[in-house]
Amino acid sequence: MILVYAESNEGALGKSAFEVVTFGHKVAQLLGKQCIALVLGNAADAGILGSYGAQRVMQLSDASLDTFDGRVHAQVIHEVAEQLGADVVIMPHGPKGHATAGRVAVRLNAGCLTGINAIPTLEGEHLVAEKDVFSGKAIHRVAVTGEKKVLTIMGNTVKPERSGTAVDVESVGVTPIASTLEVIDRQKQTSDRAPLPEAELVVSAGRGMKGPENWGIIEELADALGATTACSRPVADTGWRPHHEHVGQTGVAIRPNLYIAAGISGAIQHLAGVSASKCIVVINKDPEAPFFKAADYGVCADLFEVVPKLTAALQNRS
Amino acid sequence: MKILVCISKTPETTSKIKFSEDATELMEDGLQYILNPYDEWYALVRAVELKEEFEGSVTVINVGPASNDTVIRKALAIGADDAVRINVEPASAMSVANHISDYATGKDYDLILLGKESIDYNGSVMGAMLSEFLNLPFIAHASGLTKGGDAWEIERGITGGTERVRVNGTVVVSAAKGMAEQRIPNMRGIMMAKRKPLEVIEAENKASSLETVGYAYPAEKTAVKMIDPNNMEELVRLLQEEAKVI
Ligand SMILES: Cc1cc2nc3c(=O)[nH]c(=O)nc-3n(C[C@H](O)[C@H](O)[C@H](O)COP(=O)(O)OP(=O)(O)OC[C@H]3O[C@@H](n4cnc5c(N)ncnc54)[C@H](O)[C@@H]3O)c2cc1C
Ligand SMILES: Nc1ncnc2c1ncn2[C@@H]1O[C@H](COP(=O)(O)O)[C@@H](O)[C@H]1O
Repeated sequence: MILVYAESNEGALGKSAFEVVTFGHKVAQLLGKQCIALVLGNAADAGILGSYGAQRVMQLSDASLDTFDGRVHAQVIHEVAEQLGADVVIMPHGPKGHATAGRVAVRLNAGCLTGINAIPTLEGEHLVAEKDVFSGKAIHRVAVTGEKKVLTIMGNTVKPERSGTAVDVESVGVTPIASTLEVIDRQKQTSDRAPLPEAELVVSAGRGMKGPENWGIIEELADALGATTACSRPVADTGWRPHHEHVGQTGVAIRPNLYIAAGISGAIQHLAGVSASKCIVVINKDPEAPFFKAADYGVCADLFEVVPKLTAALQNRS
Repeated sequence: MKILVCISKTPETTSKIKFSEDATELMEDGLQYILNPYDEWYALVRAVELKEEFEGSVTVINVGPASNDTVIRKALAIGADDAVRINVEPASAMSVANHISDYATGKDYDLILLGKESIDYNGSVMGAMLSEFLNLPFIAHASGLTKGGDAWEIERGITGGTERVRVNGTVVVSAAKGMAEQRIPNMRGIMMAKRKPLEVIEAENKASSLETVGYAYPAEKTAVKMIDPNNMEELVRLLQEEAKVI
């Protein structure tokens, strides 16, 4: 049986929940097993996960689970996995997964592979999965040989697919242990754009912008697309933009459908976090900028002229 | 205050990555190694700052072969007091966590710090494993860490924002950007590092449930299509009709 940990945040299932359930469903088909989704904490209509391929949806809406503590979540996931006899546990590769997957793996004495970015295959009796390594310079193919397996999945690895119908939500017979964490403050990102790791369209800018006062044209381009904004590391380091926008090897790693980079040179450490994007557009006035080698479409010109033109063309698109 | 910092090495980011002919092993020749940036810039520097504020000691620990001593000395030059190396080629994050937990058990650390992820394999998984072995709370992706009385106050990244949490007693924390500023070791630090103790502990490898099938290079990008800067309508059309991303 494949147990999928579907993340809920502030009372709602996130995009990652639909992605991991779709992914879990495909792994279940590959192995000829059942796929069961598990939701911890509040989320109004968890049964909808049935239509993404979960044969059963289990939920523990204990209010104590809304304060995220990986120790508590791991205990519940582990007990549910034992009760149901899970062979594979699947989670999203994000802050919650990072605090939970390793714990579940220790508890189940499982083989644990994190950051997978393709549907695994069966080679002989082994489940083989792959992930990007060495800053996107190579792909690592790994057989997860343990009897039990814990896998975490990169965002945007699969598109959520409907393959069934909603199911009734079953409750979980596990009492969570008490958390030792207390949340004293929460700061939401003050924008209505999608969080960067989940965004499908991203507009990013670098030092070529000259200063934070010039970012209006980037915001306007992002608005025209419904995209999320990002930036290069020096831009975040000098405080031109908030840290959570920093993408690359030491920032957020993203794989959106479209990544537009304006005034970014394309250093290897920057590419490490963005080169898995499906389509890359580079706007740079230097024809030798390394980023052009990683781009699908390039515009060699002054960004201060090109970006407003691109925004206008998008606003007028059919 | 007694602090343990887990450190790892990673190929220098601009190094060329090459594999053996059967594509199952990374070729070591010509590879330059550095301290993993998250471990060095954030975890270690914050540990040294806390020691400067509260007194105590900072021990760095690495699971790996003797060739790792160079990066371990760098950590000592930045300000760790002593170092421990578990002398075994780590088979997986699970075995690293297992070894470090064996070492740390019973040593009464107030804080165990590690990096958010290693930038070569990007596992982001060792900290949770170590915390489970040690039965300690774990805060991942911390961008701030301060001590007030008996409690740690930690700022952590969550989906779509940040959160401040309070926790009492010993805690394991993985450090992300924002926790500290990179420090460049000075000459005095480098000289002193040579005399600081580096204990080597022999160990047997622990079983691993992961086996490398092989490495591959990503498919070559097709050549970039250059667009006339005066024709952004054409770029929009290509994004709609050719790339089909908008
Ligand atoms: C260990 C390590 C980790 C790192 N991690 C990251 C990371 O995670 N993310 C990251 O981004 N960087 C990272 N870096 C830094 C990286 O090496 C580069 O220094 C950085 O990405 C450069 O940022 P940039 O492209 O914005 O600036 P620059 O390199 O200064 O490039 C600016 C670009 O803008 C162009 N430009 C200027 N004016 C205009 C104009 N008017 N119109 C059009 N184009 C213009 C220029 O031609 C140039 O190509 C890391 C470095 C190290 C050593
Ligand atoms: N061999 C090792 N020895 C000591 N610490 C390690 C080792 N490997 C990883 N770590 C620590 O665990 C963190 C996360 O690594 P990972 O889970 O592999 O991405 C790193 O940033 C290090 O702090």
